Amino acid sequence: MKIAVLSGKGGTGKTLVSVNLAAVAQKSTYIDCDVEEPNGHLFFKPIDVQEEEVSVKIPQVDNERCNGCRKCVDFCKFNALAYIKDKLIIFEEICHSCGGCIMLCPEKALTEKEKGIGKMQRGISDEVTVYTGILDTGEASGISIIKKLLVNNKSKGDEQTFIDCPPGSACIVMESIKDADYCVLVAEPTLFGVHNLNMVYELVKLFNKPFGVVLNKCVDGENPAEKFCLEKNIKILKRLPFDNELGMLNSNAEIAARKTKKYYAIFSSLLETVKREVQYETTTNS
Amino acid sequence: MKQLLILSGKGGTGKTTIASAFIKLSNAKVYADCDVDAPNLHLIIGQGSEPKKTDYYGLPKSEINPELCIECDQCRQNCRFDAISVKRTYKVDSFACESCGVCEYVCPVDAISLKPAIAGELMLYTNEERVFSTAQLKMGSGTSGMLVTEVKKQMKLADPDTELAIIDGSPGIGCPFIASLSGVDMVLIVAEPSISGISDMERIIKTAAKFGTKIAICINKFDTNYANTEKIELFCKNKGLTFVGKIPFDSDAVKAINNGQTIVDINCASGLAVREAYNKAMELLFKDDNGSR
Ligand code: SF4
Ligand code: SF4
Ligand code: SF4
Ligand code: SF4
Repeated sequence: MKIAVLSGKGGTGKTLVSVNLAAVAQKSTYIDCDVEEPNGHLFFKPIDVQEEEVSVKIPQVDNERCNGCRKCVDFCKFNALAYIKDKLIIFEEICHSCGGCIMLCPEKALTEKEKGIGKMQRGISDEVTVYTGILDTGEASGISIIKKLLVNNKSKGDEQTFIDCPPGSACIVMESIKDADYCVLVAEPTLFGVHNLNMVYELVKLFNKPFGVVLNKCVDGENPAEKFCLEKNIKILKRLPFDNELGMLNSNAEIAARKTKKYYAIFSSLLETVKREVQYETTTNS
Repeated sequence: MKQLLILSGKGGTGKTTIASAFIKLSNAKVYADCDVDAPNLHLIIGQGSEPKKTDYYGLPKSEINPELCIECDQCRQNCRFDAISVKRTYKVDSFACESCGVCEYVCPVDAISLKPAIAGELMLYTNEERVFSTAQLKMGSGTSGMLVTEVKKQMKLADPDTELAIIDGSPGIGCPFIASLSGVDMVLIVAEPSISGISDMERIIKTAAKFGTKIAICINKFDTNYANTEKIELFCKNKGLTFVGKIPFDSDAVKAINNGQTIVDINCASGLAVREAYNKAMELLFKDDNGSR
């Protein structure tokens, strides 16, 4: 069972929800796909961490062979190549590693080399296997790290997996939810929150994923996010209160469910609800 | 034009709340929202008028003409992004296609061409005195860095002579963030006193330093964790970064935002604190590098 946790923006409690769900699920896997700003490992503090470089393929030029025909420069859709002062310049950060230039160089002057863009870490925290992807600063896209994180996890069939998605609804998020069985959307009770929720809502609908909403930071009074869910007939899985204790635990990177019985109970019941929803979806859709 | 970019690693730290307050306080004539994935600024600094909308074309997406295709499989084998699949015919998944053009190049019968695709919408709000540039990326489009560049271009073109522009930045540290950073005079980082907030802040500073941009830092919701607030202040001191202020957690702020107001429109604790941060930030922004104003 793969559960993806997403939100239109960061800071809404996506990591809070996914980390605590994985913690109460006991034997489970947590994958932090927010490779630009991975925070899950700060909570889990995993041990026995193994690290693996993630690299992409980047062209390199043999200047002896290059005759300056500029065919590669004209081809590259991303302007990652330029021929300046009798030399081919490669802007590695903006290359998308499509391989086109290598394929078409008539002089065979281009070859590929591996270039590290970040890393993947795997560690253990109690019974949770924690995967973290980390994009190096200055690199443009972490998609290849996410692909690697998710491929690594494919084999483990029935174990519960929680995917902490990157914020937003761009292509990088799509990559993260592709294989998910269920999506948990986390929303804040503000005008911004509704706007952002609406975007991920459109996204999960487009991908035809079953989903439900966790309303975070609920206070007394009007909750625009709740209103949105009621209007659109969206399943509300849980309302998490705004309270200082939870806020403090969270800002100190503590896993609330592991710290107090109260939060353990809250997140276990959320997990049960999610499991029921997933089961319901599989029976109705089979 | 001096450009002040307001950033925070993640959303939810109050970046847009603070950006909107700065816009109000400075009476800025020109501003922009570079969070094209999830723009929020228009919700409080709307112009009350309809924006001028322009379709934004990202990179063209590949399309296969099944009538010409001879099913040689070259395109599928050479697409590095697994965007081509074959069911009954050969098809391109436009969400996965990165527009590299390799398939078009390898196809022996010219069955593939790259077709323009709308990747988002640019919006420009203008009235006699103000210019507000923003955009919304279409879901799943991958070229948000380029759209950010367009938002900034649109802003500059609309009013090139203004003294100050305030830009609500893009989250993360990837390509939209880098695009929002290029060409600005100073970044104000809104940090949150949490372990994750500190981790995000350090990653932003690293990248901003590469660009050689002036950096100022303020803490939002500082009273939710005093120990971490102290850590951030100390960090700034050690790194020689300008610290401009601390803003308290304030439930009135949420109310203001939900009413479509900025926090300096009402009388509240966070509004007062943001004024102070604003004054210090402006001082730094307009200070010449040789120290005089
Ligand atoms: S296509 Fe090959 S020979 Fe021509 S400019 Fe590029 S690297 Fe040089
Ligand atoms: S591999 Fe593709 S993106 Fe990279 S430089 Fe070559 S043509 Fe451009
Ligand atoms: S343009 Fe590139 S990414 Fe798109 S389908 Fe063709 S080969 Fe694949
Ligand atoms: S390369 Fe051209 S002819 Fe061959 S399968 Fe692809 S579209 Fe069809």
